[in-house]
Amino acid sequence: MTALRKKKHTGETNVAGYVFISPWLIGLLLLTVWPIAQSIYLSFTDYSLLEDPKWVGGANYSNILFNDSVFRKSLSVTFAFVLFSVPLKLFFSLMVALLLNKNMRGIHLYRTAIYFPSLIGGSIAVSVLWRNMFGLDGYINQVLAWFGIQGIGWITNPHTALGTLILLGTWQFGSTMVIFLAGLKQIPQDLYESSAVDGAGRARQFFHITLPMLSPVMFFNLVLGIIGSFQMFTSAFIITKGGPINSTYMYALFLFEQAFKHYHMGYASALAWILLVIIAALTGLNFLASRYWVFYESDGGKAK
Amino acid sequence: MNTSRRTFAGTANHIVLTVLSLLMLYPVFWWVGASLKTTAEMSLPAIWPKTPIWSNYSKGWSFTGEYTFTHFFGNTLLMECWNVLGAVITSAIVAYGFGRLRFKLRGFWFSILLLTMMLPGQVTVVPQYILYNNFGLVDSYIPLVLPHFFGGGAFFIFLLVQFIRGIPRELDEAAKIDGSSVYGIFARIVFPLLKPSLVTVAIFTFIWSWDDFFGQVLYLSSVSKYTVGLALRMFVDQFEIQWGQLLAMSLLSIVPSVVVFFLAQKHFVEGIATTGLKG
Repeated sequence: MTALRKKKHTGETNVAGYVFISPWLIGLLLLTVWPIAQSIYLSFTDYSLLEDPKWVGGANYSNILFNDSVFRKSLSVTFAFVLFSVPLKLFFSLMVALLLNKNMRGIHLYRTAIYFPSLIGGSIAVSVLWRNMFGLDGYINQVLAWFGIQGIGWITNPHTALGTLILLGTWQFGSTMVIFLAGLKQIPQDLYESSAVDGAGRARQFFHITLPMLSPVMFFNLVLGIIGSFQMFTSAFIITKGGPINSTYMYALFLFEQAFKHYHMGYASALAWILLVIIAALTGLNFLASRYWVFYESDGGKAK
Repeated sequence: MNTSRRTFAGTANHIVLTVLSLLMLYPVFWWVGASLKTTAEMSLPAIWPKTPIWSNYSKGWSFTGEYTFTHFFGNTLLMECWNVLGAVITSAIVAYGFGRLRFKLRGFWFSILLLTMMLPGQVTVVPQYILYNNFGLVDSYIPLVLPHFFGGGAFFIFLLVQFIRGIPRELDEAAKIDGSSVYGIFARIVFPLLKPSLVTVAIFTFIWSWDDFFGQVLYLSSVSKYTVGLALRMFVDQFEIQWGQLLAMSLLSIVPSVVVFFLAQKHFVEGIATTGLKG
């Protein structure tokens, strides 16, 4: 009797479960699964939206990989961006999160002030601001002039343009910082208390308690940071338009222009798949590497 | 001695944080001043102009004359209302399904959900565009609004699932004894309890879609439908950029996000902090 009622109940929740997740499920099929299937197909075609897609086999891929120098350039620019911007952002956000993880007066004000640049995030407004500040006549050069330094056109010089975008990205470390802060709040205080009894100093506590306990959050931020940086678009589009001499021609911008400026839909789809493979490979590597440095409590204290 | 050391550390903290805050906010202060400057004065290091040009705001606002920023702000706000509504309602519904109900393949779908968080948007953007294009929906708000009605995004669903798991099951059991169905439990018990997290969802949705320049560039082409962001880009693309007016309008364009943030500041940081992002 009880077993029967239980079973009937499961059947009910089975239906109810799918009723509840149906908005997401429909969206998944309509806006993710179908487009992904479509994208695989399109990446093997020549398609300009005007005529039907024309099957070209692996031509898009071989052209991208072996003939397209712009692809190579944009890939190296994007890697350089990821390589500098992700660690910088992680470092700053962790340091600031440690500073902000205190119960002191006015802490909310400090948090708000430091979060503020990230609040206005990737908006075009910020790109406009940055473009003006780092222009040849921009504010930055005027400040440098006080110290007798002759400024340059930071965004028009191929050696500094990418650095300027990295700086903008680092300025907006707020979201990463908030996630670190959430992680810090979850570290049990008694760990610090008992280690203090054992005579551990601040530095020792940081390396033996804080960092290991924070490693899952660090991992989360690292993976999302890499994925996010690979997709950086607005500031490259508005501030530098990919220039000068393609020095900031980010992969996302390259893909966007192939698709929606030149209407090379098939080519752009192939670019998207190459991007996916790169991101998947990097994420996979991260997961493999994480075994050696990410510490989960359930492992029973096997931090390495 | 211990106390004096502690106050010293406290003061040092305040100093470091104050300097850091000022450093972070400096470009914003400069921005406010620059929005009142002439182009010639723009490059001067002084933050505040000698004579503030208030007309930067009125001239910038009227823009081309044909469409003013009243129009562009109206467009953007209307779109935002739909986005927030869609995200808040559907993310709660989906999260309840994942967080409370046991159904076949639940684990499988949940890992797919997490996987989609890592899928770069570029992979789907081209075929999605083609899809909307085939239905004649390019140059409408549908492609920008519709996705918010499908659960509001994996990140929000995940956030709410974590929160729902923290709500005591006894509440559900009690309601069940009183004769409530799962739908009733959701509507009368769980949904109201989700309020603080839903505020977080609403704020994030508002700010992110306000800033979603990529989508707007892609799907809106007639000036009459332009959002604030697209109107700003028209400014940038002019032959001779009116920097004062442009900076004035771009400053105004962040006001809604800032207001939303301050109204819900407490929920914002705490909302993320309490949902638990433990690996």
